Amino acid sequence: MTARRRTGADGRLLRGAVLAVVAAGLVSPIAAGLWQTARAAFGVMPAIGATEVSLAPLRALLDVPGLGTAVIVTLVSGIGATALSLALALGLAAVAHARLASPVGARLLAPFLAAPHAAVAIGLAFVLAPSGWIARLLAPLFGWAQPPGAVTVGDPWGIALILGLAVKEVPFLLLMILAALSQVRLRQDMAAARALGYGRGIVWIKVIAPQLWPLIRLPAMVVLAYSLSVVDMALILGPSNPPTLAVLLTRLFSDPDIARLLPASAGALLQLALVVAAFAGLWSVERAARAAGLWWLRRGGRGVTAEPGLRLAAFGASVVFALGALALVSLALWSVAWRWPWPAALPETWSLQAWSGNASGWGAALTTTFALAALTTGAALLLAIAWLEGEDRARRGRAGWAEALVYLPLLVPQIGFLYGLNVLFLQAGVTDHVLAVAWAQALFVFPYVMIALSPAWRALDPRLVRSAAALGAGPWRRLFAVKLPVLLTPLMTAAAVGVAVSVAQYLPTLFMGAGRVQTLTTEAVALSSASDRRVTAVYATLQAALPFAAFLAAFAVPALVHRDRRALRAAAA
Amino acid sequence: MSLSLAGLAVRFRGGAQLFPPLDLEIAPGRMAAVMGPSGVGKSTLLDAVGGHLAHGFSCEGSITLNGRDVTELPPEARRIGLVFQDAGLFPHLSVGDNLAFGLARSVRGRAARRAAVERALAQAGLEGMAARDPATLSGGQRARAALMRALLADPEALLLDEPFSGLDTERRAEMRAFTLDLIRRRAIPALIVTHDPADAEAAGGPCLTLSAA
Repeated sequence: MTARRRTGADGRLLRGAVLAVVAAGLVSPIAAGLWQTARAAFGVMPAIGATEVSLAPLRALLDVPGLGTAVIVTLVSGIGATALSLALALGLAAVAHARLASPVGARLLAPFLAAPHAAVAIGLAFVLAPSGWIARLLAPLFGWAQPPGAVTVGDPWGIALILGLAVKEVPFLLLMILAALSQVRLRQDMAAARALGYGRGIVWIKVIAPQLWPLIRLPAMVVLAYSLSVVDMALILGPSNPPTLAVLLTRLFSDPDIARLLPASAGALLQLALVVAAFAGLWSVERAARAAGLWWLRRGGRGVTAEPGLRLAAFGASVVFALGALALVSLALWSVAWRWPWPAALPETWSLQAWSGNASGWGAALTTTFALAALTTGAALLLAIAWLEGEDRARRGRAGWAEALVYLPLLVPQIGFLYGLNVLFLQAGVTDHVLAVAWAQALFVFPYVMIALSPAWRALDPRLVRSAAALGAGPWRRLFAVKLPVLLTPLMTAAAVGVAVSVAQYLPTLFMGAGRVQTLTTEAVALSSASDRRVTAVYATLQAALPFAAFLAAFAVPALVHRDRRALRAAAA
Repeated sequence: MSLSLAGLAVRFRGGAQLFPPLDLEIAPGRMAAVMGPSGVGKSTLLDAVGGHLAHGFSCEGSITLNGRDVTELPPEARRIGLVFQDAGLFPHLSVGDNLAFGLARSVRGRAARRAAVERALAQAGLEGMAARDPATLSGGQRARAALMRALLADPEALLLDEPFSGLDTERRAEMRAFTLDLIRRRAIPALIVTHDPADAEAAGGPCLTLSAA
């Protein structure tokens, strides 16, 4: 009698503990950070002696030269990148979902998911710059003796930034779409609609996409919030004078004049408002599209002409992937180049000088980056397992509000709460900067680990667990002897995702580390504005290589462990 | 020594009972059969008896096994074995390790445990297959392995959820006879859910047909 009760109580206890950890470690820092920022935006920041509520910070912000242009550039690049990525990902999914959903497809996507934003941006700058790879390949055709004068990186409209964001966000959205497709009766609906005389492309737009949208709305919002507030990529690829709002604010926050912290905080609220406004815009576009779509649908047009549009989008996605691949290759190439004069397509002489000459620098940064990735991924994975196991034991399904909680850190712009959080940490006397950085990184690592792990966990065949219970295995033995080994592949993939997210973090490392924690990312971004492409390439290559190695391990370890297990090998992505 | 269900009923999220309350007494060595249309809750009934009810389901009434009220016990403490249609062998373990997972803790020592597993494999006509990947076995072999795994745990009762429906007619008869023989020799009560009237007939025990409440 008591045993069953105890199992339930176990589950509730575990679930309660996990929720407490999430509330204290994840939700309250964000809320407190936002509160600190909001206070500072209205003139209250006791740490620098500002105690009077006023609108002066807001006025000071409005006086910052170029603010209006910065806001416009932010909206154009952020919304443009999101719309472009969404269209390209949907088009590619429509044309090639069957091939992409295979293990080979997953392997093709992995490098793009793994590569940190900053590394992609640095590589893309090498490729797109007037003296870059594309111009070098075109030079013989057009007889350019000098690099062309056009501004291709840091262009005032943020087109390079949009391309850079698309290289990262198309693969992410594609992954989310492929996962969502498994919940849509694609084959049946496609057959039913085509039997009614609709063309393949039009079925995709009229029938499949409307079913997909609710499943990928949250990921799309994550992409929107991220694109509007990205810092590292905008520093490297975006316009510089004026830059995007997030970059402008990062400069204000880092200004030696601490009085600038107040207008910077007001700007952080403005950034938050932009994201909220963009969400509202997305909502109204969704409403309008639904109404227009129904009107279109009721007219019953068979429209066999949608196919070319989808193929164009798929082609665009392929171009984006090609650019991304070129960017990553160019990183590795520049890091071992010695003499690489215009307009040679490949370096004339090679050297490991850039590697050996900076070994102590990148060695230290690599160690710090690795330690942070291991710490945050380990903690996030542990918490995610505890969360999902608690759900199982409490005999509860997933809850909508819990899902929202997981996505929260990804929907609030980082710059909106990170500086406030930093102030709080300093007040609380947290002097260990590495710990503070790890904490801030974990805010973003945990959600992605949950997103990567939970579908596979919840899809585990319940009969395996029941068989184990019927054989007398208690909850812990079921967890360690059945669930975790069977879920080895998704666990490893989630860990690789965690490493990739941790390595990519720029702003949390910069703000919480107060300049004292140097990771590959902060170093690569700092070097990207300096002159020597080779040294920058060394850091960026390492930055991309670390998560790449994690993904390789995520493929290799389960393949090795399960090499004699056909059922699991087939399931391994 | 028997399995008895008294007034057993299952509800989903506090709604109506899925089927009318059930009273059933199964003697040792006998197999009772439950039939009925798809979706009426036959598998849910087995889940209730075994303690595996999914989120949202609740059960009332009582389940007594050999005089022990097991209604409130977690599944691992009930000592009720379970065999599925697709066998439910753990995909990450070899056939032998699957059986070893089931083998009762009372068998001690590496050599003794390995011998017990080998004996069970031999009994099921699976000699020398201990190291095999379960995914490489035929349907009939998997079904026999799953049955042996369940029996090695020394259960006091056995639940079978359409255990033969994945097999062709010939294998099905063979497997049915093999299963019934083991249940008789072990003298444990068994409850089978099936679509096949031949299963119910061969079971020879009580047969009831579930219909929606």
